[in-house]
Amino acid sequence: MSSDFNPKVPSAVDLAAVRARLRQENGKRFWQSLDELSETREYREFLENEFPNNPEKDPEKNLQGINRREMLKLAAASAALAGLSACTKMPTQKIVPYVKAPEEIVAGKPLFYATSMPLAGVGAGLLVESHMGRPTKIEGNPEHPGSLGGTDVFSQAATLGLYDPDRSQTVMQEGRISNWGAFLTAMTNAKSQLGSGGLGLRILTDTVTSPSLSAQIQGVLKQFPQAKWHQYEPCGRDNAREGARLAFGKPVNPVYRFDRAEVIVSLDADFISSGPGHVRYTRDFASRRAVEGPASTLNRLYVVESMPTSAGAVADHRKAIRAGDVEAFARQLAGQAGVGGVSSGGASGKIPADWTSAVAKDLAAHRGTSLVIAGEEQPPSVHALAHAINAALGNVGKTVYYTDPLEANPVNEMESLRELVGEMSAGKVSLLFMLGGGNPVYDAPVDFDFGPELLKVAVRVHSGLYYDETAELCHWHAPATHFLEAWGDARAYDGTIGIIQPLIQPLYDGRSAYEVIGTLTGDAGKPGHDIVRDYWKGQRPEKDKAFDAFWERSLHDGLMAGTALPAITVVPSADVAKQFAQQQTSGDDALEITFKPDPAVFDGRFANNGWLQELPKPNTRLTWDNAAMISPATAQRMGLEAGNYVKLQVSGRETKAGIFIVPGHAEDSITLHLGYGRRRSGSVGTGPGFNANFIRISAKPWVATGLKIEKTGDTYYFAVTQHQYIIDHDGHPAAERESVTEARRDLVRIASLDEFRKNPDFAKDPREEETKGLSLYPGYKYEGYAWGMSIDLNKCVGCNACVVACQAENNIAVVGKDQVMRGRAMHWIRVDTYFRGAIDSPEMYYEPVLCMHCENAPCEVVCPVGATLHNQEGLNEMIYNRCVGTRYCSNNCPYKVRRFNFLLFSDYTTPSLFGMRNPNVTVRSRGVMEKCTYCVQRINAAKITSEEQNRSVRDGEIVTACQGACPADAIVFGNINDPNSRVAKLKAQSRDYHLLDDLNTRPRTSYMARVKNPNPEIHE
Amino acid sequence: MPQIFHHSTNVISRASIYGAVFFLGILGAVLYRVELSPIYTRVNEAREQPVPFSHKHHAGELGIDCRYCHTTVDKSSFAGIPPTQTCMTCHSQIWTNAPMLEPVRASYRDDKSIAWTRVNQLPDFVYFDHSIHVSKGVGCTTCHGQVGDMPLMWKANTLYMEWCLDCHRQPEKYVRPKSEVFNPGYVTPSNQMELGARLVKEYKIQSLTNCTTCHR
Repeated sequence: MSSDFNPKVPSAVDLAAVRARLRQENGKRFWQSLDELSETREYREFLENEFPNNPEKDPEKNLQGINRREMLKLAAASAALAGLSACTKMPTQKIVPYVKAPEEIVAGKPLFYATSMPLAGVGAGLLVESHMGRPTKIEGNPEHPGSLGGTDVFSQAATLGLYDPDRSQTVMQEGRISNWGAFLTAMTNAKSQLGSGGLGLRILTDTVTSPSLSAQIQGVLKQFPQAKWHQYEPCGRDNAREGARLAFGKPVNPVYRFDRAEVIVSLDADFISSGPGHVRYTRDFASRRAVEGPASTLNRLYVVESMPTSAGAVADHRKAIRAGDVEAFARQLAGQAGVGGVSSGGASGKIPADWTSAVAKDLAAHRGTSLVIAGEEQPPSVHALAHAINAALGNVGKTVYYTDPLEANPVNEMESLRELVGEMSAGKVSLLFMLGGGNPVYDAPVDFDFGPELLKVAVRVHSGLYYDETAELCHWHAPATHFLEAWGDARAYDGTIGIIQPLIQPLYDGRSAYEVIGTLTGDAGKPGHDIVRDYWKGQRPEKDKAFDAFWERSLHDGLMAGTALPAITVVPSADVAKQFAQQQTSGDDALEITFKPDPAVFDGRFANNGWLQELPKPNTRLTWDNAAMISPATAQRMGLEAGNYVKLQVSGRETKAGIFIVPGHAEDSITLHLGYGRRRSGSVGTGPGFNANFIRISAKPWVATGLKIEKTGDTYYFAVTQHQYIIDHDGHPAAERESVTEARRDLVRIASLDEFRKNPDFAKDPREEETKGLSLYPGYKYEGYAWGMSIDLNKCVGCNACVVACQAENNIAVVGKDQVMRGRAMHWIRVDTYFRGAIDSPEMYYEPVLCMHCENAPCEVVCPVGATLHNQEGLNEMIYNRCVGTRYCSNNCPYKVRRFNFLLFSDYTTPSLFGMRNPNVTVRSRGVMEKCTYCVQRINAAKITSEEQNRSVRDGEIVTACQGACPADAIVFGNINDPNSRVAKLKAQSRDYHLLDDLNTRPRTSYMARVKNPNPEIHE
Repeated sequence: MPQIFHHSTNVISRASIYGAVFFLGILGAVLYRVELSPIYTRVNEAREQPVPFSHKHHAGELGIDCRYCHTTVDKSSFAGIPPTQTCMTCHSQIWTNAPMLEPVRASYRDDKSIAWTRVNQLPDFVYFDHSIHVSKGVGCTTCHGQVGDMPLMWKANTLYMEWCLDCHRQPEKYVRPKSEVFNPGYVTPSNQMELGARLVKEYKIQSLTNCTTCHR
């Protein structure tokens, strides 16, 4: 370990040298980060030491100047005291049973309830695990069309959101603690001071798809005809709505059928990470990436985007162009796909003509089985073009169908907010009710000046989960309930009504939007359950007993059967492309900035969620921050280096941000994710990142050109995990390598479909086969169960749901930005991201890495205290109470999957977090090693159940947390001794390979090599 | 130069060095015994309860089945402590005015739980499951002692890991027919080893000594 290494002072990356080096290697090499390519100091440190840290030389954490001698004294004293502490008597505990026990609760057995999580209005179907009334873990609802069992990071992190100690807990009146009684009185007064017909009353909500909430709001509007309802969502779907209006003359909701699409073209649409139905779309997409053998067929995905997203990484062909240039491409594509009246002008030359025509040809060859989708960040014209192309290709009714909008009252939300602000400014608003947790003071476009205008409203009321930037400026803040505490309903991506049912009584004094809106109509005391149930009782054809049965059924299933919106027939106007003007193409050299919802904290609503903050974001593996993401070439041209703290000026506004170089980003473009730079969020969310809303204006909410970048001279330090936990695939220092490409044992193995058909065994390395299983000792015979896992790299979309699911299931601690920089993030599963090819347009590959549960585990033989051992079922066990923290195991693990509690990372003091923990997994303390256990608590539970029923564990009965969360169904776990189990069959396929097989560790986790399906007409 | 130390110092120093070894050894042995003794383990120490509930009377004399109160013992990891309602099923009819039962009636009346003192307690890093033990022929009294003779509950065994492993290594020493699991008066037969071996085979009892069987 070198002595003066400090992770806080990154070394510069020489991009020119990197390029030269990659050229030399013929683009065959897989690489993980620019640091790796330029062999920076950090890279070597993280490669050679799992935990590079040197307290003595570290300026900030030098343990108050303790020297070696004192350290030894302290160590001896603490060892002695630790021994004595084992001699304490166990404290006397009390057992407090129920007075009257609820029938369904069996102490020690979890119950599962179905509910829905609304995000930007759209519901995701969930099953929530509840231990004695405490929701602890989220799973997908297999019966819900928006989930089919899969989940995303936002729903996986919802339990932490529920138990967040920073949530607002009481009614606040102008910063002072108040109560609901005072609030209701104040509202009665405020109402009486309204003009006739409620003149001056305005309601501002987020996007509402809930039929019952919208009925309530309509009730208010009926009672107060002069009142108005506005909706605003910072990451809403205005462009999609307007695009549909352009194409069809009215807003419609497109529903895609990725399972039926052979050829997919994404116009800057990351359908994997966000947008309605993204979980379902991921599942459908991945189902067409399954490769069973040479006879299998694959779908083909083309992605045109600026910022590398998950969709871009799994694409067969990806082009990085500025978001503003996507429309030109869409026009060309439309023209070639047979959409009438498209002016083919604007061919910016950003995409080679032969590429476009090859895509168009591919689309034309798959009439009715192709699909073109446009991303929300693209202007309405691109959405309209996508609709027109789909119509021209005969895809409508096959791979895409349209329904009425999901929103109860679809409006252009930007215009809706503009109108509200205008009226606030004109002093026409005397009572403003903000519901649904929106935070417009933070996230409204900066030109609205929402905060100052808000102050002109006589009575301002805010209901939300946090006492945030908006609440601060309001007279009244009413704490809202979390969706896991409240009744409600929400439509899924296809319109299916999902019921939101509470898992727990409100932890604090919160009330849902449904209950708060009642204060306006005079229904103040009506509980949320009655509001929702009564609404549906009035709507449904079933009456009395039949309705009760229907209601029970719907609660049980989490959805109302048969409520998906029916397909409607809409025809795009013949000359759709003529209807809108040619987009203003700015000069080619104009620098553009695009805004995107953050893959972790979304629009900022999850800013206080430590699990999401610490989540390495797809492709960049950045944690705890957003950044000005820029391509290497543009950075080089502008003389910018990673970490430069710069001023971003656009549309007459400015903000500051750190520069982050992203291989594969479009040139002349900067991406800044939304949701960061929160000024008032909570102990976690206040602070990190940069506020993109400072330069986001209503006219250009997603893409703005004319960006100017000015260096401030300061440096910003990011916590990136990309160059941490790197598997040293060579095993030799760089100097000893003979030839990089020769000696490398690829950790990611890929082939094209054609190559795979020619050589189904491409993933097998002959050199590895030679040494496989060589041993001086006779092998151990695993009888009974032998647990193993197979991860299909062809299906993995790098969405990170597994990472958060594992964190929730296994009580994994959050460590904070500073510790992440030191390589101490505790995630048991990580999604390694590999690149191949040039740094400007690399291919991207995901590889989730967790404990391999090696049969010849290198970690076990070096543990001096027997804290990590092997069991008869092949699990590599970790026994926390034996661990003394030597870290030898971690040092000896070639996969770098062990995590050490350097400090007391687990929160032992915050009472609200006690309820969140999985009671079946130990909460680890300081000085203890931990790692993936294959969810041994779930294995044991299944074994106990099966033994009690006198049978063996069935295939599929044990679902690990990562497997359960995976929307793509990429992870399969089971008994490899049973040849009929799904995992054994997958492992028998020719694509199966192990990481670092020649070390003879015999890992139980194996990978299925990726097979790409490139268009043979495109040569890249 | 004269000797600084007297000749006898040699003897004293030797004796004190050897003595220290003996002293530490004896101290260790004493501490070990203390750790195993009821002073530390609280084995055989009857614990006071808010209501002096007698297992001797209810389980032993009246013969109420264990599962009447501990309803989830064969379903879940946790055996279940009866809700007040269970007490009241009988005591709303009999001994309705007994002063001893006032806390029970008060609990039922005020909807306030009775806080019982835990007698058999495992550390938090141990994940024990009642249901699998019961369904594999481990009797209640094997671990909990002669409950039918206990006026107030006491811990009958240390519940130390070595004690658990004694059975986990050789289940045939303790296993009994499934029909006898809930019998508080069950007496270990003289041919236990023979019977146990047969039952282990019949019930497919595994000798699970992996760490993650209990720790995770």
